[in-house]
Amino acid sequence: MQDSAHAPEAHHDELGFWRKYIFSTDHKVIGLQYGITALLFMFFGFCLMLLMRWQIAHPGQAVPLLGKLLLKIHGPDMISAEASKQGAGAMGVIGADLYNSYGAMHGTIMVFLAVVPLAFGAFGNFVTPLQIGAPDMAFPRVNMASYQFYFIGGVVMLASFFIPGGAAKAGWTSYSPLATVGDLHRPNGQTFWLIGMVCLINSSLLGAVNFITTIIQLRVKGLNWMRLPFFVWAQFVTAFLLLLAFPPLEAAGVLQMADNLLGTSFFLPTGLVVSGTAMHVSGGGSPLLWQHLFWFLGHPEVYVLILPAMGIVTEIIANNTRKPIWGYRSMVYSVLVIGFLSFIVWAHHMYLTGMGTRIATFFQTTTMMISIPSVIILTSLLISLWGASIRFTVPMLFALAFLPMFGIGGLTGLPLGFNVSDIALHDTYYVIAHFHYIVAPGTIFGLFAGIYYWYPKATGRFMSDFWGKVHFGLSFIFMNAIFLPMFFQGMAGMSRRMYDGGLTYAEVPASAGSPGIPGLSHFVLGLNNKILWAAVCLGLSQIPFIINFFWSINHGKKVTSDNPWEATTLDWQTPTPPPHGNFTKPMEVFRGPYEYSVPGQARDFTAQNEPDQAQPLTHGNSVRS
Amino acid sequence: MEHAAVGDAHSVAEAKKHMRTYAIIGVALMIGTGLTVWAAFINFGSREINIVAALIIACTKGFLVAGFFMHLISEKKLIYAVLVCTVFFATGLMYLTLLSMNHESIVQVR
Amino acid sequence: MEIPYAVKARPDTGLYNAKVGIWLFLASEVMLFGALFSSYILLRVNADPGTWPLHLLNVKLGAVNTIVLILSSVTVLFGWASLKMNNFRAYRVFQGITLLCALTFLGIKSFEYRDKFNHYEVLLKNGMIADGHINRANTDTNLFAFEAARMVTNHSELMLPPAADVKLEELKIPMAKIKDRADGKGKEIENYGPWHSSYLAIYFVLTGLHALHVIGGAVVIFALWGPLAGVWRTDPERYINRVEVSGLFWHFVDLIWIFLFPVLYLL
Repeated sequence: MQDSAHAPEAHHDELGFWRKYIFSTDHKVIGLQYGITALLFMFFGFCLMLLMRWQIAHPGQAVPLLGKLLLKIHGPDMISAEASKQGAGAMGVIGADLYNSYGAMHGTIMVFLAVVPLAFGAFGNFVTPLQIGAPDMAFPRVNMASYQFYFIGGVVMLASFFIPGGAAKAGWTSYSPLATVGDLHRPNGQTFWLIGMVCLINSSLLGAVNFITTIIQLRVKGLNWMRLPFFVWAQFVTAFLLLLAFPPLEAAGVLQMADNLLGTSFFLPTGLVVSGTAMHVSGGGSPLLWQHLFWFLGHPEVYVLILPAMGIVTEIIANNTRKPIWGYRSMVYSVLVIGFLSFIVWAHHMYLTGMGTRIATFFQTTTMMISIPSVIILTSLLISLWGASIRFTVPMLFALAFLPMFGIGGLTGLPLGFNVSDIALHDTYYVIAHFHYIVAPGTIFGLFAGIYYWYPKATGRFMSDFWGKVHFGLSFIFMNAIFLPMFFQGMAGMSRRMYDGGLTYAEVPASAGSPGIPGLSHFVLGLNNKILWAAVCLGLSQIPFIINFFWSINHGKKVTSDNPWEATTLDWQTPTPPPHGNFTKPMEVFRGPYEYSVPGQARDFTAQNEPDQAQPLTHGNSVRS
Repeated sequence: MEHAAVGDAHSVAEAKKHMRTYAIIGVALMIGTGLTVWAAFINFGSREINIVAALIIACTKGFLVAGFFMHLISEKKLIYAVLVCTVFFATGLMYLTLLSMNHESIVQVR
Repeated sequence: MEIPYAVKARPDTGLYNAKVGIWLFLASEVMLFGALFSSYILLRVNADPGTWPLHLLNVKLGAVNTIVLILSSVTVLFGWASLKMNNFRAYRVFQGITLLCALTFLGIKSFEYRDKFNHYEVLLKNGMIADGHINRANTDTNLFAFEAARMVTNHSELMLPPAADVKLEELKIPMAKIKDRADGKGKEIENYGPWHSSYLAIYFVLTGLHALHVIGGAVVIFALWGPLAGVWRTDPERYINRVEVSGLFWHFVDLIWIFLFPVLYLL
């Protein structure tokens, strides 16, 4: 049957530059678009963090080198135009509002514009259709639209730095009423943030619909659910989380935009007074409503951040241990349970809002429950290492490091999950350390692993092994140097989001005539400077990676086969790079995803699509699935 | 091949039968609308009963639209599974938020 | 390169791709409107006594809109069934009626919105409140002119529509008699827009978002009816699938309104 609706795609080679690289509907091109855009945003978010860490370690001092430039960008309302303590010529002390903008945007950019687009948009798009044997996503044009919404959302977010009042400054969590009354320009950075979020949410919703439909409908013959690579399961659950958890935030965003632009009071309580004047609004709203709607997304969002990385790490561990993953079935059930439970734990972010002990106990219970499947996944991956002949390739180094780093991050979440201990730790640096351990040396290491792993499939060349190991070693050291001290700062009571690094709460030691004031000790505050240095070094450690990434495109060691890592999954059974349509011959799957070191086979791996041989020890189904 | 499934005698008869069903359900829905309006203005003594009555009628109408107009009543298991999860989570959002907020321990701003 | 199961159903799921896609999308829409309905419930339950209005909206117009949408749901199905019977002309007629219903719905909604924006509440210096529809023909800037209004002594009297025996009259109020705003930004004159109260705020957001979905659904139905109708000749099954998918979205829009109408207009 002549498929006229796809006629434009039939002659793919004849597409011009714009249709091939910019307005492409090919999932691999879209995946790369997401990847590059996300890495650029990650770099930008990292720079914001460096500016903040400077201010924290040296409050009241001008930003070195960049002070004048920042003054030009932000204007004297946000950043000091007067000479700082260091003397004349040293302009550019970050003001409190600017610090808050950097904080809110660092969080927003890292979560919504960097990590999720990289983990879900880039890796998900590039790898998933390949691993299920599909020619593309189920809805290629919707896929393109999803990237475009993301791009527009990102532009809107960046643009917000340049408008009067600057970018959003009420935290990435945008709590009302601060989000509405904190900046009285109309429109303001918060308006842009909300518009940007609506674009990003729509991007994710379109992506989620595409992923789920693709995984359900386009699995190749023989690829039943329990033969799926764990990476695909992880992306599948992630897509469901995005699909069902994002809309309430979109609704909340619309409501907050109404508060911001139309003068409604969805989240503004009655009797609100700002700077001595009663606000002329109807009142009757509830700030808590915003928090519930936000965290209803916020919690599943953190699983969106981690699950793709777990998927990537699983693939790499199986491949570099030359063994099947231990407990594949348990891992699948666990990831499904995590997906389900993640919708009913959200208020553990709100223990201090006075919700009453009964409902707090409910959320505490579900929170404790959800740690179980997470531990099952981590344990299965650890046990998978037992008795393995490990190849310490660069992807494997990152994947191995992921395990203890995610372990630390996860375990340190337990005192936060119990509402009693959370009373002391809520909104302190302990929380920052906890979630950064999961996302930074956790997810981001998983993503680095993925980049080094799939790079040869996309480009036909390896990244430099030596510089990859340098990148790994340095990043590992400095990630820990940054975030480990923060646990101690948090336990000492140092709060989040303090633009002076906690100086206001510095302890005043007892002296003759005064008992002193308890507060943050000199040691705790002194850690700020060490963290700053570690952050700068972490930034410098990324230089070998960036150079390696671009240099290897044309100068890296060429692969000698289409399957250089000797992997079993379908993504490695394609030409390099895969052509439009992905597979050059009809595909059919005969076995599970991790048939490594199967006794009796000639090689130490058997691809999923390799037909059964007449071997008495091996039959169609994987022995261990 | 295109036209075999469209317009053949069997599917025409099927389609006509379905159209009758749609028309009947459509009329039922319109009657339901009238019922909702009428019930809203009856004084049952407590507003709660009005609310419950309105919701029961709305849910019935909703069930008719979803079940027959959207063909859910004969739809595949997969779709059901997605919708059941969705309804569970939406209800959870509504119910748990209500429970968390409507508590005497919240200090009201006056 | 062809995407499998774009038109024919996949054997093990029994579904074609777009049907899976649209139901997933509708699931996300259930969460969206579910969150808004939750917000409505919470705002209402937590509202101070005497601050939540009843019967502020025109029930007749709301009921007419409900009937119009139900009718359009039926015609969408009739259109789809006509296509399955290979009767393109009948499909065209039925979808045409669907689109007319959509326009009617939006027309009535615009009328309702305009009515609210013409309804003003004015606080006087002597503590009284004037409430009614503004006289747009007034040119005297020193006066605030109502074409039909009533005077009440406190705000909670406005929570119910005027009783049957209350006559609404023409009222001209000198600006000097109107209370000034505490924040110095003019007088205490406010119309019944979303800023007026939590009830109106959630009303406008819920019905506004719903109206956007009506527009979106109507645009898609129109596109298939008009510009994209050529696919019927080249690939009828694909065309029928697209019509079915757009119909599912349309029914969902109707479904939301079935809940919106009693919740906002009647309860």
